[in-house]
Amino acid sequence: MSKSVSSNPDQPFVQHVVIEPSRPPANLVGPVAWIREHLFGGVFNTSATILIVLFLAWVVPPFLEFVIFDAVWVGTDREACIFNDAHPIVGACWAFIKDRFTFFNYGTYPIPERWRVDVFFGLLAIAIIWMLKLSLPRRDLGAIYSFIILPVISYYLLIGSPVLGLPIVTTNLWGGLLVTVVVSAVGIVVSLPLGILLALGRRSTMPAAQVFSVAFIEFVRGVPLITVLFMASVMLPLFVPREFEPDKLLRALVGVALFASAYMAEVVRAGLQALPKGQYEGAMALGLSYGQMMRLIILPQALKVTIPNIVSNYIGLFKDTTLVVIVGLFDFLRTIETARIDPIWAAPTVSPTGYVYAAIFYFIFCFAMSSYARTIEQRLSKADKR
Amino acid sequence: MGQEAQFVGPDGVGPDMVDPRLLNAPGSLPAKVSPWRDPRWRSYAFQAVLMAVIGFLVYEAFSNATENLQRQKIASGFGFWDTNSGFPISFSIQHYSEATSTYGDAFWVGMVNTLLVAAVGIVLATLLGFTVGVARISKNVLVAFVARWYVEILRNMPLLLQLLFWYNAVLKALPGVRDSIKLPFNSFLNNRGLTTPRPIPEDGLGWVGLCLVLGLVLTIAVRIWAKRRQEATGQIAPVGWISLFLLVIMPSLAFVIAGKPLGFDVPQGGRFNIVGGLVFQPEFLALLFGLVLYTAAYIAEVVRAGIMAVSHGQTEAAYALGLQPNITSKLIVIPQAMRVIIPPLTSQYLNLTKNSSLAVFVGYPDLANVFTGTVLNQTGQAIEVVGITMLVYLSISLTTSFIMNWYNRRVALIER
Repeated sequence: MSKSVSSNPDQPFVQHVVIEPSRPPANLVGPVAWIREHLFGGVFNTSATILIVLFLAWVVPPFLEFVIFDAVWVGTDREACIFNDAHPIVGACWAFIKDRFTFFNYGTYPIPERWRVDVFFGLLAIAIIWMLKLSLPRRDLGAIYSFIILPVISYYLLIGSPVLGLPIVTTNLWGGLLVTVVVSAVGIVVSLPLGILLALGRRSTMPAAQVFSVAFIEFVRGVPLITVLFMASVMLPLFVPREFEPDKLLRALVGVALFASAYMAEVVRAGLQALPKGQYEGAMALGLSYGQMMRLIILPQALKVTIPNIVSNYIGLFKDTTLVVIVGLFDFLRTIETARIDPIWAAPTVSPTGYVYAAIFYFIFCFAMSSYARTIEQRLSKADKR
Repeated sequence: MGQEAQFVGPDGVGPDMVDPRLLNAPGSLPAKVSPWRDPRWRSYAFQAVLMAVIGFLVYEAFSNATENLQRQKIASGFGFWDTNSGFPISFSIQHYSEATSTYGDAFWVGMVNTLLVAAVGIVLATLLGFTVGVARISKNVLVAFVARWYVEILRNMPLLLQLLFWYNAVLKALPGVRDSIKLPFNSFLNNRGLTTPRPIPEDGLGWVGLCLVLGLVLTIAVRIWAKRRQEATGQIAPVGWISLFLLVIMPSLAFVIAGKPLGFDVPQGGRFNIVGGLVFQPEFLALLFGLVLYTAAYIAEVVRAGIMAVSHGQTEAAYALGLQPNITSKLIVIPQAMRVIIPPLTSQYLNLTKNSSLAVFVGYPDLANVFTGTVLNQTGQAIEVVGITMLVYLSISLTTSFIMNWYNRRVALIER
């Protein structure tokens, strides 16, 4: 753009040079503009920003002081955490958590047998990682391991088997994290296949299967989990023969599994409905039987798109396991409730500490699950874009 | 896979070869299919087996239940309904007394308490949820940040933990009566709950109420008229000002003219007790707090998803037509977002109602607590009591989804 003036003198003046665009005004670019737009745009925004800053300044420092700076980390009983002249300000009583840590994990599982629970947690961790990490090899074997081998091993490991030399540990001694994990794991393992069956039943052309599935799903989804657990706890023993009295854990497991299956059925049904009809018609045109069509064509696609919803269903299930206290089980939250009112640790900050610990525990697990669901969702949307 | 032999293979097929099944002249018998391979017969057989299994299970459950009940000497039936209950209930709107009321009365108290906490909870959770949901997509990064972490934190913790926290660690840990926290409007907050002035209606309040109802009816009429007129002539009536007058100014005037017919029973803070006033118990507050905060987080996500579902082109087109931002959101964005929001919003309302049964854990006397708790323990009528409770929740759920489905059909997209 060196030529600036027209070479032909007869022509009137014509601009030949592209004028460089001038820079935008300084107050529309850069960090200052960003702050103006995102924090102080208008009266409403500015006041919201100021209010939130004040709110955070009011809430965050005391919280950090309570949880970290004023916290008590060592101690063996309530003396460590009560207010006295030596420490007039006492924050969270982490010594209490440390002292009761094994109780929160194992409940009253006999101390010499606790290695069995640890082995169970280890085996479960292998299953979870194998199933969730998509890059790992032989995930079909992983499914067999997680859904068939692991449940069988865990049953004999945790209950015990005199033949294998493992003393029997009755389920009324189980507690804490163990119960929470067992109830969620059973719910997760049972609800998916049962939910798929119910969803297929609901979309089936067979009136008997359809009526049964719809009635079951709508009934269970229409009542609170507590009443389902009540039913499992007080009505199930009436419905089975006298010789076969189910123990408390089994009752809760039946209740939670049935409840979760109804919700899972609706999630799977949404996935089935999302598939274009051509997939069904194509499969039928190839002469596939119903079973082959579902197993090879429909379910792999339908389940793939519902993975995020399945995971968020599992999050709900995991949170709902806290309700099993209603049938008298000692789950993780219940062990905290029991420990925090124990006179040995009677101190003013013990209760909030227990709740903060429980909150952190549940938050980490649920947040990890929902982040996983989000990652899968992003992968799927990327695959859709091609 | 059991392919039939007469299928025409892909290779070595002459153009003159025809599927032998097509050779069946019309009127001749169709090719025989064994019943085992006939989908119709298969489906009949499968359904028969399914019904037999369910029938067997039901029969077994029934006969076992009869036998077990006989053994435990429990007479099934609803005879307990009219029996004196003999237990107190800490919170009831209607009249209930330990000495004279029956189990039936206890049921109604529990039911009203459930509906009360659910109704108040739904209103508050909707307000909070919509606010947080809109804040979640705010341009203000600080607002969006706080809203996001509000949602993340509350959604990822069990509701039971939150309820126990509010009840045991916050409300029960408040100072005692003597050191009550004084709030504006003569309210007191202590470990026995929140005490506020109790409104006492006096003569003439009925007229004010009538005025309010009249204002409401007139407002709706004016809105319909204004809409029709705008569609016919394009003229816009000042609906907002008229509504304000009809709904606020007119009833207020009536209130003043009628001589302010509303008294207040103001609570008096004493040394050991607070006399008078309206008391909200910590059980109710904890349950309400927990339910509202928890459900609002879910509603916020529903609202956010609904607003995000309206494509940006809609807003841009509205701006291009010269509509102002507030009119754009009122006429373009919100109506379209509501279509996406309403179905999941309904299920959140139902979740809140069902979750109110967690009242058992904080001691608020709702239906699950009073009926499946105390009444079940006292009478031992497990099947009847649990059955009735489930039926109540089921009918609440079905009624709500029926109403919301009706509303949803009204706002749904009418496709050409």
